[in-house]
Amino acid sequence: MIQEHCRIQSVEEIAPNIFELSFVSQAISAQVLPGQFVNIRVEDSLLPLLRRPFSLFSVDAPVVSIIFNAIGIGTKLLSQKKPGGTLDIIGPLGNGVFPLDDEGFATALLVAGGLGVASFPFLTSRLSETRNILTFVGARTTSNVIRIGLKNIQIATDDGSEGFHGTVVELFKAFINEQSVPTPRIYSCGPMPMMRAVAQIAKEKNIPCYVALECEMACGIGLCQGCPVESTMDDKKYNLVCKDGPVFEARKVNF
Amino acid sequence: MNESFSLRAVPFRNRVFVASGTFGYGDEVAELVDLDELGGILTKSLSLKPRDGNPPPRITETASGMLNSIGLANIGVHKFIAEKIPKLESYSCAVIANIAASSVEEYCSVLELLDPLKRVDGFEINVSCPNVKEGGLSFGTDLAKVALITKELRKRTQKPLIIKLTPNVTHISEFARAAEAEGADAVSVINTLIGMAVNINTRKPRISTTTGGLSGPAIKPVALAKVYEVHKSVKIPIIGVGGISTWEDAVEFFLVGASAVQVGTANFINPAIGIGIAKGIAQYCERNSIDDVAELVGSLRADTKLSVIQSWL
Ligand SMILES: Cc1cc2nc3c(=O)[nH]c(=O)nc-3n(C[C@H](O)[C@H](O)[C@H](O)COP(=O)(O)OP(=O)(O)OC[C@H]3O[C@@H](n4cnc5c(N)ncnc54)[C@H](O)[C@@H]3O)c2cc1C
Ligand SMILES: Cc1cc2nc3c(=O)[nH]c(=O)nc-3n(C[C@H](O)[C@H](O)[C@H](O)COP(=O)(O)O)c2cc1C
Ligand code: FES
Repeated sequence: MIQEHCRIQSVEEIAPNIFELSFVSQAISAQVLPGQFVNIRVEDSLLPLLRRPFSLFSVDAPVVSIIFNAIGIGTKLLSQKKPGGTLDIIGPLGNGVFPLDDEGFATALLVAGGLGVASFPFLTSRLSETRNILTFVGARTTSNVIRIGLKNIQIATDDGSEGFHGTVVELFKAFINEQSVPTPRIYSCGPMPMMRAVAQIAKEKNIPCYVALECEMACGIGLCQGCPVESTMDDKKYNLVCKDGPVFEARKVNF
Repeated sequence: MNESFSLRAVPFRNRVFVASGTFGYGDEVAELVDLDELGGILTKSLSLKPRDGNPPPRITETASGMLNSIGLANIGVHKFIAEKIPKLESYSCAVIANIAASSVEEYCSVLELLDPLKRVDGFEINVSCPNVKEGGLSFGTDLAKVALITKELRKRTQKPLIIKLTPNVTHISEFARAAEAEGADAVSVINTLIGMAVNINTRKPRISTTTGGLSGPAIKPVALAKVYEVHKSVKIPIIGVGGISTWEDAVEFFLVGASAVQVGTANFINPAIGIGIAKGIAQYCERNSIDDVAELVGSLRADTKLSVIQSWL
């Protein structure tokens, strides 16, 4: 974990109202693991007051990038940043990360809803070359689909403008019911209801499943106790998304 | 330039502390912050048994501030002693254990477990948490209870005893006087203010417990007024807390009567901010030929005849 003023390299609108912001950090790019995040001080002002957390989208040392939808005060300000400026960033954060190349699984099934896809290109790049990766991406409409850095993509759109007409959960469920994949493992990120549904499918099919959770955070480093998620384990009632996660084994999360 | 401060002969390197609940147990941020540069650390509130805390969502940002409803989630005093004290041994900064409880007996038990430990330099008593049903505010808004808790704890320790007061009362000065009368060495002013925020799309409160504690720059003017009021009513030192995020904020607190300050919410934005604030205070003093930060304390130039607070005292 380091705190650094990082130089902004570029800010680009990669899809309607979706931006990629890249910055330079030797230390973060060297240390970061798939699933970890950075906590960004958007402005040196009271608005927004707190840092904003983002997953790493791409890591190409010493440059790393994030993607986001300009939806609120912080993300709108970030979308207007200019190359050459700096951002005060703490990272990489999170102790719960996507497990990579341990034995015993051959197929990685990546299931993303909306900008939950943000952490998957980096994950894809770190899964070994020989691993079979199938990616399921859900978006509102075709122009919102992010494909950069992903492998073997199947798409679901809410409006049917591309791929399967419906949710990514429906698409994924149909797939898993029809195909038999050798020793699969699921990685998922997106809105809570979507991850809940994916976790349910994983449970029914007895497939190991990892989910990357999001919630509002104040500190991002375990100081405030502000980011609990209910645990199914007996030893503790809550885990902290920032410190124990953001990636959890789905069976340990009480959705 | 002298920036040190002491309570009952316990020395503090400077007058900037980190507030309870905003710095964990100190060890979490040792990677980013040189703890020894701080005046001292106030631990997260400790209770006799571990507490899970409230269901999510527990926090939300509001204009220049945040609401929290953590509900005193903490590892409990036994685990603190077993796991955190050894980690704190490698630092020299003062450690003040903050205690929260739902009965007078529980306050006493927790204090008695911690009092023999050399690494615990003193106690801050949280009688002011707005986010739990038992204890917390029901104590902090009851004069007799605050007096009783102070009295019972005073009997049990020779270490600095600080009572942390709530602003959610009509006249905080009455509570400060009660604590002083029963032997408290200092009062911390203030804990969070009860506040609320609503999501108009879902028609739900933004935090699970409906109301929560407001903190951050938004509450600084309230905190300053409370410190000023308390300064007019008691002789014991006041530790000012509420919305401090710059050294200028801290100097304002000294001027209205705080002998030391605590930085809370600002730690979430910049965990090392307390150190920067301490340095800023020292530089301000040097620039203004002030030999001791103590000279600033209560040196406000106000027309007391025109002050409304005077009429409450
Ligand atoms: C570990 C982690 C990784 C994340 N990675 C990404 C990412 O890669 N790309 C991305 O676009 N977003 C990501 N998010 C969500 C991102 O942090 C929020 O979208 C962002 O904080 C919104 O800030 P804002 O100031 O623009 O919105 P605000 O003005 O604060 O709020 C706008 C809306 O966003 C919601 N919101 C606020 N904060 C969060 C939050 N932390 N998580 C979810 N919803 C929130 C609010 O409830 C509100 O409805 C991540 C969150 C976490 C915790
Ligand atoms: C997330 C959070 C948790 C807190 N937990 C505690 C606590 O456990 N015990 C306590 O006495 N005060 C607690 N406080 C109150 C702070 O110590 C401080 O009194 C208050 O936040 C005002 O200061 P600030 O505006 O600088 O944050 C907490 C505050 C916040 C924001
Ligand atoms: S955001 Fe503060 S503990 Fe997780």
